[in-house]
Amino acid sequence: MLTVSMTVNGIAVSADVEARTLLVQFLREKLGLTGTHIGCDTSQCGACVVHLNGKSVKSCTTLAVQANGAAVTTIEGLAAADGTLHPMQEAFRDNHGLQCGFCTPGMVMSAIDLAQSHADLSEAEIREGLEGNMCRCTGYHNIVKAVKAGAQAMTAAMRR
Amino acid sequence: MADSGIGASVKRKEDFRFLTGRGTYIDDINRPGQTCAYILRSPHAHADIVKIDVAKAKVAPGVITVLTGADYDKGGVPCGWQIHSKDGSPMIEPPHFPLCKDKVRHVGDQVALIVAETYALAKDAAELIDVTYKEQKPIVSTGDADKPGVAQVWAAAKNNTCYDWHIGDKAAADAAFGKAAHVTKIDLVNQRLIPNAMEPRAAIGDFDRATGDYTLYTTSQNPHVIRLLMGAFVLQIPESKLRVVAPDVGGGFGSKIFHYSEEALVTWAAGKIQRPIKWTAERSESFMTDAHGRDHVSHAELALDKDGKFLGLRVSTKANMGAYLSTFAPCVPTYLYATLLAGVYTTPAIYAEVKAVFTHTVPVDAYRGAGRPEATYLLERLVEKAARETGIDRVELRRKNFIPTNAFPYQTPVALQYDSGDYFSTLDMALKASDWAGIETRRAEAKKHGKLRGIGISTYLEACGIAPSAVVGSLGARAGLYETGSIRVHPTGSVTVFTGTHSHGQGHETTFAQLVSDGLGIPIESIEVSHGDTNKIPFGMGTYGSRSLAVGGSAIVKAMDKIVKKATRIAAHLMEASVADVEFKNGTFTVAGTDKSKTFGEVALTAYVPHNYPITELEPGLEETAFYDPLNFTYPGGCHICEVEIDPDTGVTKVVNFTAVDDVGRVINPMIVEGQVHGGVTQGIGQALLEACAYDKDSGQLLTGSYMDYTMPRADDLPNFKVATHATMCTHNPLGSKGVGEVGAIGSPPAVINAVLDALAPLGVQDISMPATPLKVWQAIQAGSGRMAAE
Repeated sequence: MLTVSMTVNGIAVSADVEARTLLVQFLREKLGLTGTHIGCDTSQCGACVVHLNGKSVKSCTTLAVQANGAAVTTIEGLAAADGTLHPMQEAFRDNHGLQCGFCTPGMVMSAIDLAQSHADLSEAEIREGLEGNMCRCTGYHNIVKAVKAGAQAMTAAMRR
Repeated sequence: MADSGIGASVKRKEDFRFLTGRGTYIDDINRPGQTCAYILRSPHAHADIVKIDVAKAKVAPGVITVLTGADYDKGGVPCGWQIHSKDGSPMIEPPHFPLCKDKVRHVGDQVALIVAETYALAKDAAELIDVTYKEQKPIVSTGDADKPGVAQVWAAAKNNTCYDWHIGDKAAADAAFGKAAHVTKIDLVNQRLIPNAMEPRAAIGDFDRATGDYTLYTTSQNPHVIRLLMGAFVLQIPESKLRVVAPDVGGGFGSKIFHYSEEALVTWAAGKIQRPIKWTAERSESFMTDAHGRDHVSHAELALDKDGKFLGLRVSTKANMGAYLSTFAPCVPTYLYATLLAGVYTTPAIYAEVKAVFTHTVPVDAYRGAGRPEATYLLERLVEKAARETGIDRVELRRKNFIPTNAFPYQTPVALQYDSGDYFSTLDMALKASDWAGIETRRAEAKKHGKLRGIGISTYLEACGIAPSAVVGSLGARAGLYETGSIRVHPTGSVTVFTGTHSHGQGHETTFAQLVSDGLGIPIESIEVSHGDTNKIPFGMGTYGSRSLAVGGSAIVKAMDKIVKKATRIAAHLMEASVADVEFKNGTFTVAGTDKSKTFGEVALTAYVPHNYPITELEPGLEETAFYDPLNFTYPGGCHICEVEIDPDTGVTKVVNFTAVDDVGRVINPMIVEGQVHGGVTQGIGQALLEACAYDKDSGQLLTGSYMDYTMPRADDLPNFKVATHATMCTHNPLGSKGVGEVGAIGSPPAVINAVLDALAPLGVQDISMPATPLKVWQAIQAGSGRMAAE
């Protein structure tokens, strides 16, 4: 057993884990943060995307020990305490960018990183940027619309 | 209620929990004292089990129990539909035990269940199990399965044949071919697909030591069906002692309809160890155990007269069932396929024969569209080929053979009676929206850049809203296919709606709330929709076959009618008026010609606080249940047009435009309907260009066992879609709705392939199979160019 410590959604946490424990298992099983999902074994589907020190990572191919000392943000950490959604979450809702909801947490986390790392995202950039996130329900049409709207709302919020 | 009632694009009520990570999927649930299961699966496609030694695994750290086929003393997983062959004999129905007893019949077949304190410990222990197999040669090919000399899956199924069925009038069809001016023939493969809902299947079996009650939490589209099948046929647990819960389910597409062995195993073993057991599939397990879809090999012939009118159609299809019969498998290539072969056309004589074969592969069952995409692909490829051969414009040939809009109800020669449709309008709308007329300009423009542009069309119809019980019963269904809806009006006027359908992405919590908001005139915020728990919902047949609104929504409407009828009597009493004089509109009861009125909330309160109440005539309370059994299937239809651009140097096909105009009957929430079409079309484009399940023919190994090998559609594979609807109302249900879940996946594949063939036609390419991968397209271009040069 190894002890890992990190900040998750602004809260300091520490736990003993087996060396083979993945970050996604640590989040889901040790912390009960089940919003981060496991959709595949091969780091392809992106349902498990979280932010590690502000950048999106696939938590199914990150060991918990690799996140030792880091700041992790999960889907549960996006909305304000009063329930106000993050602009990207709001954009997914407004644009019907989700159906079954299973890919949604990873999709939103990837979209936020994408928006933060590109100014004025084009549709092609969004489609390419989401290449590592699979959705079987929406055909991506409304996800692309949502990411575009969400990115614009994030920019507007920053200006304010 | 204009902003939240029927026809409004209401934002979804369910989204908040999904967007904040608060959805409850099965793997998110943990029961007190829970253990974890790992299933040891067969690495071979076909082998005898000589010996299983579990001694080391049983004493491994954290292991609670290890169970094999020798321990399993309960029933097999049943099949829900019986087909009879041409000669009247019933289909061959082999046993399907949740743990293999003496043989394994596909890679991934279940050999042992290991239960341990953690999943990792169970998986570690599985490596200590020593299984001695005697490998046998497998058969995986659909086309070869019934040929002499190949491996046999079941001794009882000679030539691996499950059934040899037919429909239609052979003599009439043969006569039609006798007087044909032209006959078009085609050979097609509708390739095997893997559904790939993003949430892997999972199940938790729980046993209550105090009451002896079992609970199964499972990723299901139809929890009551699982309770019935597993309780009555597999584990012999009465319904009253078995609760099945399917909370948030991360996509289904058909693959979560069926009763799977893992559900029975965790429930059975939980009773044995008297602790809860969780099993969650790894994605590789999903690939090799979720029921697959499609897998047809067909030959078809169309007879035309000199003017291009269709005279007759003959179809011969082989359909792969896999190694065992999954829940609905036998009905998919028969009553959900061959009955659709009239399509939108007036073809007067049709004869189809379908042979279902067993192979050493994962069972095949319903996958989004189920039979109807196969029928549509066959017809629309055949009609397209006929147009090219006869020189008749492909749009005109279709229009010439459409069922006239004034011909409904229309009886086809293959059993179905269509209630309504208007194929001319959906065609015209799609032609306009796609700028069909402007293709030559765009083709010339593409050519300047070295690209091949093509456009393809599909005019389709499907049968859904499954299904009238008596009809399907006569066709072999072993269950009824009605639906239930319950409405519980609470004392202070809020409402809970209980539906036997199940939402796994379709947005029922919103659509059904809109129905009730509209019908009872109460705010949508006051309505909650409950589904997915056999202890809450009276009964239900679940969600598949685009049935939830047409059948489940109709049940809710019927229950609402009962609520309004009773509430009107209470209101009449309160207003001292005769029932006949009371009107209910926008949530208010009024008496004609007076200023008397009572709100729905006041009446609800009176029903539960009956101080001033017609107690001798009416029971207190306001709660009603309806069972709705549809009178017919529903028949959505429409036109899909796809435009592609192909790079001849690489063979890469890019979908540049996609237009779908669908008649899905009355639309409740246009936003949700469009989303369903987007998703369905994407699965259709996936089938046409990207996806294929492949087995190695010699070893029977699944070659497409991960997302590294099975090509899922991703955001950068797709265009934005142009989607529109044109409604003719369903004539036999109270909503007029037909269903939208599957139309996208049904109409789109032939539109895409016809577009690819249109683009490649100038190079002499006449045929290409799905998926039209860059390799296949490139090879077709080389072969076509070579042929043209030789000519």
